[in-house]
Amino acid sequence: MKGNEAIAHAAIRYGVDGYFGYPITPQSEILETLEAEMPWETTGMVVLQAESEISSINMVYGGAATGKAVMTSSSSPGISLMQEGLSYIAAGELPALVVNVMRGGPGLGTIHPSQSDYFQATKGGGHGDYHFIVLAPATVQEMADFVGLGFDLAFKYRTPAMILADGIVGQMMEKVVLPPFRPRRTDEEIALQCPWAVTGHPAKRKPNVMTTLELDSAKMEENNERYQRTYRLIESNEVRFQGYHLDDAEYLMVAFGSMARICLKAIEDARLAGMKIGLIRPITLWPFPYEAIAELSRKVKGMLVVELNAGQMIEDVRIATEGRVPVHHFGRMGGIVPDPGQVLDSFISFFPHSK
Amino acid sequence: MTLEDIKRPENIVYCKPSLLNDNNMHYCPGCSHGVVHKILAETIEEMGLENNTIGIAPVGCAVFAYNYIDIDWIEAAHGRAPAVATAAKRLNPSNLVFTYQGDGDLAAIGTAETIHAANRGENIAIIFINNAIYGMTGGQMAPTTLEGMATSTTPYGRRVDLNGYPLKISDLLAQLEGTCYVTRQAVHTTAAVKKAKQAIRKAFENSMAKRGTSVVEIVSTCNSGWKKSPVKSNEWMVENMLPQYPLGDIKNIVDKQ
Repeated sequence: MKGNEAIAHAAIRYGVDGYFGYPITPQSEILETLEAEMPWETTGMVVLQAESEISSINMVYGGAATGKAVMTSSSSPGISLMQEGLSYIAAGELPALVVNVMRGGPGLGTIHPSQSDYFQATKGGGHGDYHFIVLAPATVQEMADFVGLGFDLAFKYRTPAMILADGIVGQMMEKVVLPPFRPRRTDEEIALQCPWAVTGHPAKRKPNVMTTLELDSAKMEENNERYQRTYRLIESNEVRFQGYHLDDAEYLMVAFGSMARICLKAIEDARLAGMKIGLIRPITLWPFPYEAIAELSRKVKGMLVVELNAGQMIEDVRIATEGRVPVHHFGRMGGIVPDPGQVLDSFISFFPHSK
Repeated sequence: MTLEDIKRPENIVYCKPSLLNDNNMHYCPGCSHGVVHKILAETIEEMGLENNTIGIAPVGCAVFAYNYIDIDWIEAAHGRAPAVATAAKRLNPSNLVFTYQGDGDLAAIGTAETIHAANRGENIAIIFINNAIYGMTGGQMAPTTLEGMATSTTPYGRRVDLNGYPLKISDLLAQLEGTCYVTRQAVHTTAAVKKAKQAIRKAFENSMAKRGTSVVEIVSTCNSGWKKSPVKSNEWMVENMLPQYPLGDIKNIVDKQ
């Protein structure tokens, strides 16, 4: 099935309570699949087509505030509209899942694949000092798996999580093993897991209020320090990446999502010609695998960062390498996807002595 | 007979609703918010919904509504309360879910959320405070500001050729098939307060009976923003606001059925 369809099926099976979304190419199959599956008849999951992405993300905020597992999905321009709401969800320390199946921008841009929302996803996007967990799937299987992983992490740390997929992974069809069905949490389970949830039952407790407003600057700084402590904890616990051909690597490529698969093919071709290139595929773009790349920067002679953008993740790779080795970038924009040959040509042009 | 002899429960004919806590309200003296908060708290209590209610607070003067009424609250981003309420109600259908919004929140930045929630017939109650001005930010023009009315951003009066017309959003919402009850009330006299309270109760009953969206507009005063004394504000409201925003039910399909 398509990556987008896998997300919809995985959401139903995970026991998601609500999905709120607005159509936009190339991810409309998520909402379409959910509407066709009618999970409200089976698991009781609420599915609603909102009037805008602004409304969708605020529905997610409202649903998450009641302790429910809620999600939305969109593509780049729609995710831009959600930035205010995402900032509120992060500030409210609310668990939620947001899927961005990226298309090329800026502006209305193109419906073709891109990875140009890396900055927006990993560096904040909305106003204020905040982060959320960003997962970058490279396969349809990971599209399905990261729904559960995203929610698990979101509830563990009380933070939103994002699946940052590119249009290729959203539209690509592959075999996938869907997770088993599990029931939605009962109201009692939610009350136990989320004592902060706004459920309308204060008889047994003081009223719960979900607000992100604090006019006392000293208290607001305390809130910010609490957010930052959560972020440090996530950085130390949740970095995920995959390495390929690292043992004997003399050079390194760094790529995420579908570009990592194209790079892997380029590397396998290069190895036939005796070029010892390895690959790091960050799975969490935030928290970023700085340490793994720093360690490799002490062993290899150079790195090529390959992205479907003008050079975004390369900044994090350069932070990790601290100037120890040359770090170059190869990117295509506007929805153009390079083939492995172009990636390898670019690599050789930057590192002519690697042959 | 001492004062203590008199202050016995059986002698009490009036008291502060228990849901209204003792926090000092930040509202200006004379502002309608305080009265509306009181009748909201009374209504929730009288309906026995104090353990079953989610209020959605706006951005505006009522941003701190959650500090005064002891129920569960969600503070929404500016204008987004109907979207937040939509999810809260759909995911928690046995609860009373209401929004409390001002004119800027509901009829300017949140127009899309308001219209679409009402058009879907979400089973929520919308309490809409219309004082024709942005109180919180210091008295700027609101969508409901009257023609010729001076505000800090229309210092020479609202000109319809520049700023358009006062938006009668409740009349617009009454046109939608998703609304079951749209009414316009005020709280400037004791009789008006009684009627407004009955309207809020009707709206809450509709929400619990899942009859669709109810809207209770309350034409209100903002004496700070209007730069008038509380008494003068009430007089000005009757003379100027009520001709533009006449009181009474605009739509009530429930009682007709």
